[in-house]
Amino acid sequence: MSASASAVRKRKRRNPILPYLLILPTFFFVAMFTAWPTLLAFYQSFFRQRLNIAKFREPTFIGLGNYATLFNDPRFLLVLKNTLIYVLVTAPISIVLGFLFALLINRAIKGIGLARLAFFQPTILPMVSAATIWMFFFTPDYGLWNTFLQRFGYSGPQNWTGNPDLALIAIMIVTIWKNAGYYMIFYLAGLQSLPTDVYEAATLDGASWWQMLWQITFPLLRRTTLFVSTIAFIGAFQMVDHIFVLTKGGPSRASTVLLYYLWQMRFENQDVGKASAITIILIIFLLIFTVTNFALSERKEEETHA
Amino acid sequence: MPDAVSPRGFWGKLGYWLALLFTGLLALLWAVPVIWAFVASTRPPTEPLGRGDVWFGSSLTLVNYATAMSLAPFKLYYINTILIVTMILGVQIITITLAGFAFAHYKFMGKQLLLFFILLQLMIPTTALLAPNFSTIRALGLFDTRLAIAIPYFGSAFGTFLMRQAFLEVPRDLVDAGVIDGCNWWQLLRHIYLPPSKSMLVAFGLSSVVWHWNEFLWPLVVTNSDKSRPLTAGLVRFTQLGEIGAQWSLLTAATLLVVAPLFIVFLIFQRQFIQSFVHSGLK
Repeated sequence: MSASASAVRKRKRRNPILPYLLILPTFFFVAMFTAWPTLLAFYQSFFRQRLNIAKFREPTFIGLGNYATLFNDPRFLLVLKNTLIYVLVTAPISIVLGFLFALLINRAIKGIGLARLAFFQPTILPMVSAATIWMFFFTPDYGLWNTFLQRFGYSGPQNWTGNPDLALIAIMIVTIWKNAGYYMIFYLAGLQSLPTDVYEAATLDGASWWQMLWQITFPLLRRTTLFVSTIAFIGAFQMVDHIFVLTKGGPSRASTVLLYYLWQMRFENQDVGKASAITIILIIFLLIFTVTNFALSERKEEETHA
Repeated sequence: MPDAVSPRGFWGKLGYWLALLFTGLLALLWAVPVIWAFVASTRPPTEPLGRGDVWFGSSLTLVNYATAMSLAPFKLYYINTILIVTMILGVQIITITLAGFAFAHYKFMGKQLLLFFILLQLMIPTTALLAPNFSTIRALGLFDTRLAIAIPYFGSAFGTFLMRQAFLEVPRDLVDAGVIDGCNWWQLLRHIYLPPSKSMLVAFGLSSVVWHWNEFLWPLVVTNSDKSRPLTAGLVRFTQLGEIGAQWSLLTAATLLVVAPLFIVFLIFQRQFIQSFVHSGLK
């Protein structure tokens, strides 16, 4: 690189206003629909305001009152419990299934494309369409879900979406069915970028398939796993569309999770204060999961480089 | 694991074939919901489903699709969804390209801080902010419009980040050559940065379309009438219509109406779709 070229580059890469103008549109929309609402929810969470009760229509400062009421409310504690179960069960199972699918279809044989298609197609479906189809599967008496289970000797309750012990499980089944194929494609991309010579060497050393899976494939795919877990955990907090179709959070809140409860609080109860407090609690949960994953991936990066 | 590890010996080969069989069964299981929906939607409406009789009826018919179309304004829902998705994508392409270019090409004060500010959107997803954003939409007087559904997504941290990454991979020499030739910023972007980054833009575009075609909760909150309601919210309203009840052939027909355009495009461009999803996720 000649001296004049680098001088030109340096001069041209600085501009007093243009970069700010180019970023301005994005900045404006992020400020308006991410930063501002976060601050607004934080502020409003300290006020009592219910739009459907005349004397509470105007906001009154109550400090941490909304948070205190929520954490003393067994309904809210149940919702928190449901949310943690929902996230901590669906994310890992979907990830493991995604990995299994990727292992199974990572072969160059005819017809394997059909299997890939079968596993991936739920990703393309809108969740509400998927839920409408599954509504039939969970129908008592002639629904396919019970019919399928009965083949394996199941004789338990038939009404999955109407049974407090089963409603959350039914919701989780649909989530897992929909997400596993999405995570599969990241593992598939990861598997296909693995160096083949390592495996050839391991085969020569007499390593079994199982050993190679645990000692070579898994460690090499660590970055993929961290990325997939980040999107899986964060995504799970936001996946509630099917609840609107299948259970409406019931029976007796057995399948209500945080985001659904937030919607109910704001748009059914018209309780702006509590809905704002729930928004902040949801954001804190999301940040905890993002930061943990980020910290984990940074640490693993260092180990890899060491 | 690479295919290079081929099965050896009797047990190896047996394992291989068992794995294939297992794959086939699992794939079939995963596809059953959609296959069933398709089959059930072709059942004559006079033949309700019953125990052990949930697949084909005595003949094939498309009448359920026509009935569904007549019971709810699906045509309007289609128009709404298509307009919303196009509006979002159109604006996003402009905003993310410009911002991505600024972050990749220029040096300026506060660059890291600005990037961090925009990436906040990845940490605090718009979905979680539906309550305060609803107030904003109300205050702007946009309630029950298609613009209300689209506007929160006009700026995309994810897209900005992807375009920045794509632009950073453009060889420096190429950029310098352009600078020496006297290109202005627009020519640099148009002729040097964009051509090699098109695949990233397509990848982002596909996942944006799929994501917003399928979105339900935000449209549900900010719409109140069919004039702005998209397909997803329309479908949920349809399933809750009193006269529908358990008419599964009608329900599945409506469901497939919502899914069809995206699904058909997906079937044709399957490889590109999957590639896009991987790109827009991994890079």
